[in-house]
Amino acid sequence: MPFPGPLALALLDGTTNGLLLALTAVGFSLSFGILRIVNVAHGEFFMLGAVLAWAVVTVTGSFPLALLLAPAAVMALAVGVDRLVLRPLRYAAQPTVVATLGVLYVLQQLTLLLYGPEARGIAAPFGGTVEFPWFGYSGYKLAIAGLSAALLSALGVLLRGTDLGLVMRATRQDPEMAVALGVPVERVYTTVFALGAGLAAVAGVLVVPVQQAHYLMGLDVLLLSFVVVILGGLGSLGGTVVASLLVGWMDGFISLFFTPTLARILATLVVALVLVVRRGGLWDERAG
Amino acid sequence: MRVQARRVWGLHLGVLVGLGVLQFLLPPYHHGVVTRILLFGTYAVAYNLLLGYTGLLSLGHALYFAAGLYGAGLPVYYLGLDAVGAFFVGMLGSMAVAALLGIPALRTAGLAFSIVTLLFGQTGYLLTLYFNRITWADQGLTLPVQVPPPLRYNLALLLFGSALLGTLWLVRSPFGRVLMGLREHEERTHLLGYDPFLYRWTAHLLSGALSGAAGAAYALLFAYVGNAFASVLYSVYPLLWVLVGGAGTTLGPLLGVALVTYTVEAASGLLNAYLVVVGIALVLLIRAFPQGILGSLRDRRWRWLP
Repeated sequence: MPFPGPLALALLDGTTNGLLLALTAVGFSLSFGILRIVNVAHGEFFMLGAVLAWAVVTVTGSFPLALLLAPAAVMALAVGVDRLVLRPLRYAAQPTVVATLGVLYVLQQLTLLLYGPEARGIAAPFGGTVEFPWFGYSGYKLAIAGLSAALLSALGVLLRGTDLGLVMRATRQDPEMAVALGVPVERVYTTVFALGAGLAAVAGVLVVPVQQAHYLMGLDVLLLSFVVVILGGLGSLGGTVVASLLVGWMDGFISLFFTPTLARILATLVVALVLVVRRGGLWDERAG
Repeated sequence: MRVQARRVWGLHLGVLVGLGVLQFLLPPYHHGVVTRILLFGTYAVAYNLLLGYTGLLSLGHALYFAAGLYGAGLPVYYLGLDAVGAFFVGMLGSMAVAALLGIPALRTAGLAFSIVTLLFGQTGYLLTLYFNRITWADQGLTLPVQVPPPLRYNLALLLFGSALLGTLWLVRSPFGRVLMGLREHEERTHLLGYDPFLYRWTAHLLSGALSGAAGAAYALLFAYVGNAFASVLYSVYPLLWVLVGGAGTTLGPLLGVALVTYTVEAASGLLNAYLVVVGIALVLLIRAFPQGILGSLRDRRWRWLP
């Protein structure tokens, strides 16, 4: 048993990583739950957020500006993808997998062309360490965790407490009935898709001071989003957040005891086992 | 019905004869490319058995391709096993892995199955890294075997031909009808007295074994073993090939592999970041043929395509 210090650090780091993952995965989960598509290009929205953040900070020197501009640009792009790719395919399941894979290639390779193959970082907008009894923890990372939690709560309020949320849920439950009742289903789809892309981009921006921006960084995030969304139960916001936290913590703890590769093997197998035992994920929304 | 069966078998034999003749017309470079297409075509046929006919979307099939690749390659490299023996070790090895992993994976359904297979596939990839001292993961191993190109082509064709005709026979057999029944309506098929798990498990096992055979043949014919073939990309490729060519059509996988391979070839001559072109091509292609090329053609015109 290691000291409480490393354990607490693993818990804290796991929380930060988990919340960031949730912020990304929730967009994947929404397009999955409401549009019923598997958006293979979702990781690229995260990656573009990071790369654009680097660009904005390099040009203007302002991190808050990056936090506004990068997600806005990515949301505009998502609207374009929706119009040009998803809508003509009528959001059909299998064709959209191929099409979004095409979008992934295009975005990834254009980034490679324009931005290059290097990984680039930016300085955190503020330094400082918060002192805990056993260790000091980066103030910026705590801020990331706080902001992610706030955004996720805001999304929860949006889904549960507003008319837009009501319309979204209605569209998810019965698209045909929603159309019959005059819900502009296509506009709802576009909104949901852009919203999810924007949140992923925010996560991408937040990650650059800790992890650097790289044109291939979307893939890992996509795979993790996939896992978390299924683990949490299809299209469930709460489930996605809890599953992300679990994945974050598990990663932190297992890494304390094993070499990185072995830790990843074990973490992967644990998640697979959970899915095999609980077929509908941890929170099966179909039940309630 | 008789006429239709003759037409179906005629078409498939015709394609194989065409591929046999093609080797005499191809310039050396394309001779090699088509050999690869035949091997990946075998892999795609194996994948299609699961996705197209059984309705199971695996995202970890690279595991089976790589199991065959390593299962054949490592004994040749370390133990000096002969090529024929190594091929069967690779194929049976991947079949054993598929038999074993099918039991937990098939307890899940729908997208959970995709994720569980994805995770198994990732585990396999990570294992090649973990045992780096044996596998030389990312550098890869060059095997001490040499196969002259004409023999290589014909062995690849033999494997592909067996896979194609085997699937054609299978999907027209009662067994195949049950698989398609499960794909379309699980409960009804279950009520008719067929055990869904047993049929899916068998299909999964066959698909794994055939994927492994393709991997083993690749290792032996191209004398190379590397863990790029275990990465998630090689689980996504067969999905892409099959969806482009037409899931649930016997010839779709080959068409998909050939089309994607030659799009990549053509595009990489044009641009550094050729994947941009490939990406756009995919979007346009799938907009024109949402069910894949042969799947859409079957919907619109040739209803007899198997």
